[in-house]
Amino acid sequence: MVSLPLDVETLRKDFPVFDTLARGKRLVYLDSAATSQKPHQVIDRMVRFYESENANVHRGIYELAERATIAYEGARESCARFVRARSHRSIVFTRGTTEAINLVRFTWGRANVHAGDEILLTEMEHHSNLVPWQLLAQESGATLRFLPIDDDGRLRVDLLGDYVTDRTKLVGMGLMSNVLGTINPVRTVADAAHSVGARIIVDAAQAAPHLAIDVNELDADFLAYSAHKMCGPTGAGVLYGREDLLEAMPPFHGGGEMIREVYPDHSTWNDIPYKFEAGTPNIAQAVGMGAAVEYLEALGMDAVREHEIGMARYAMNALEAAGAHIYGPKDLSERGAVISFTLGEVHPHDMATIVDQEGVCIRAGHHCAQPLMRRLGVPATARASFYIYNTPEDVDALTDALEKCKEWFA
Amino acid sequence: MSLDELYKEVILDHYRTPRNKGRLDPHDVALERNNPLCGDEIELFVRFDGDTVEGIRFEGKGCSISQASASMMTEKVEGLTVKESGALADSIKRMMAGEEEGDVETLGDLVSLKGVVKYPVRIKCALLGWNTFLEALQEGGKA
Repeated sequence: MVSLPLDVETLRKDFPVFDTLARGKRLVYLDSAATSQKPHQVIDRMVRFYESENANVHRGIYELAERATIAYEGARESCARFVRARSHRSIVFTRGTTEAINLVRFTWGRANVHAGDEILLTEMEHHSNLVPWQLLAQESGATLRFLPIDDDGRLRVDLLGDYVTDRTKLVGMGLMSNVLGTINPVRTVADAAHSVGARIIVDAAQAAPHLAIDVNELDADFLAYSAHKMCGPTGAGVLYGREDLLEAMPPFHGGGEMIREVYPDHSTWNDIPYKFEAGTPNIAQAVGMGAAVEYLEALGMDAVREHEIGMARYAMNALEAAGAHIYGPKDLSERGAVISFTLGEVHPHDMATIVDQEGVCIRAGHHCAQPLMRRLGVPATARASFYIYNTPEDVDALTDALEKCKEWFA
Repeated sequence: MSLDELYKEVILDHYRTPRNKGRLDPHDVALERNNPLCGDEIELFVRFDGDTVEGIRFEGKGCSISQASASMMTEKVEGLTVKESGALADSIKRMMAGEEEGDVETLGDLVSLKGVVKYPVRIKCALLGWNTFLEALQEGGKA
């Protein structure tokens, strides 16, 4: 056994899903990089909202509507604190990371990226931080460039000088890779971007559940994260934006709430962040996201990170002993506990189906990062990703199931 | 049929020793299709003699189900008429959709594909070759 900083046995009781079986066996959930499980503290908070606080936000005069607004805005404060944002005004609620990134594409992007400009991404981006910029490049005439990775899945920051030019307008990068687990040196890239007057948008969907984030330390201009990967519900996410940038940006969707005054032929806009929140938001989900932040804060993000380093160490050793080839950095200080691997000639889909028979949930495929898979030279990998509720026993269940794969394909 | 038996008996056999693997030259139709979600790939080569599927070969890489299904398919459709082979492909698709039982008499080993039905995400793997074949019939002006 390895010593772990979280009391996982007690913590697992917070997650009702672990009372259920998978294929009649103990549920071994190793797909938290896709979405995390939810503790009852989050589920109950959303139920309580619907049962005793439900009204539309920011509009009603009555007390119930006040309660709804207080819950919603309280969640915004929690989400601001979670990434050390200086003000709630920097926190726009979205339906997730993808919408947050697209918001920047349609507002800041359209206003600031023009023909001849360059958008710098990395070779390891998730499609959600790639395709929006492809679309912007196509409509604006801008060029996309990609900062390469080395064979261990680390960004070639030594090449920044070649890739950040006076034509660079925007740099987009993930804080943690959802395939390789690599934790990227965002601050180094941000400094390079800022030195030429470019802005940087950080996709923190994979990092936020696992790392303490400080937008000021990262010097991020924009940063996006989702509730559902960090113990919260689907349908809620955050765009953090520097206040002065948000102030200067045109609105995203038009509709109620985002306006100040409306005339037949024109309107004026609400203050930030409301300018970017047209229509009735996903109120209960935002409230649930706030509860998820509080749940993680109570555990302590440093303890979460330490637990995951322990899990990654145990899992990487066990997988290597089982004969798996692991992608991404070997140094645990440079990676999270999301582990992509292949096992000899066993195709990842066959692997996922076979281990599923043992109640083990892993992901197989391209993990929404097709350019990265091409760079790695594999059509697909298997991926086991670990979170606060995983134990070494889960790893053992996986490696036992992998033995079955090997028997079948021997 | 348990997954164990399904994989072991028929699918693994075809996966390990695929039949009709390779290019077919000359050919009337060559068609490459993939499963974007999984990365399974099939390139199918078909040669017609009038209304008969005179020759069929495939290249590909991917999971055992996608490759074994394509291998079994080439064995079955070679020598059939366009009409017969098209009907067989349709019948397999209906079986995989759960709309048809699948007759051991006519389908033989292909019935083993039915074991995939209870793993819904893998059905598209099993059908990649068959869908490519139906497209190849169309492209060859045969269907």
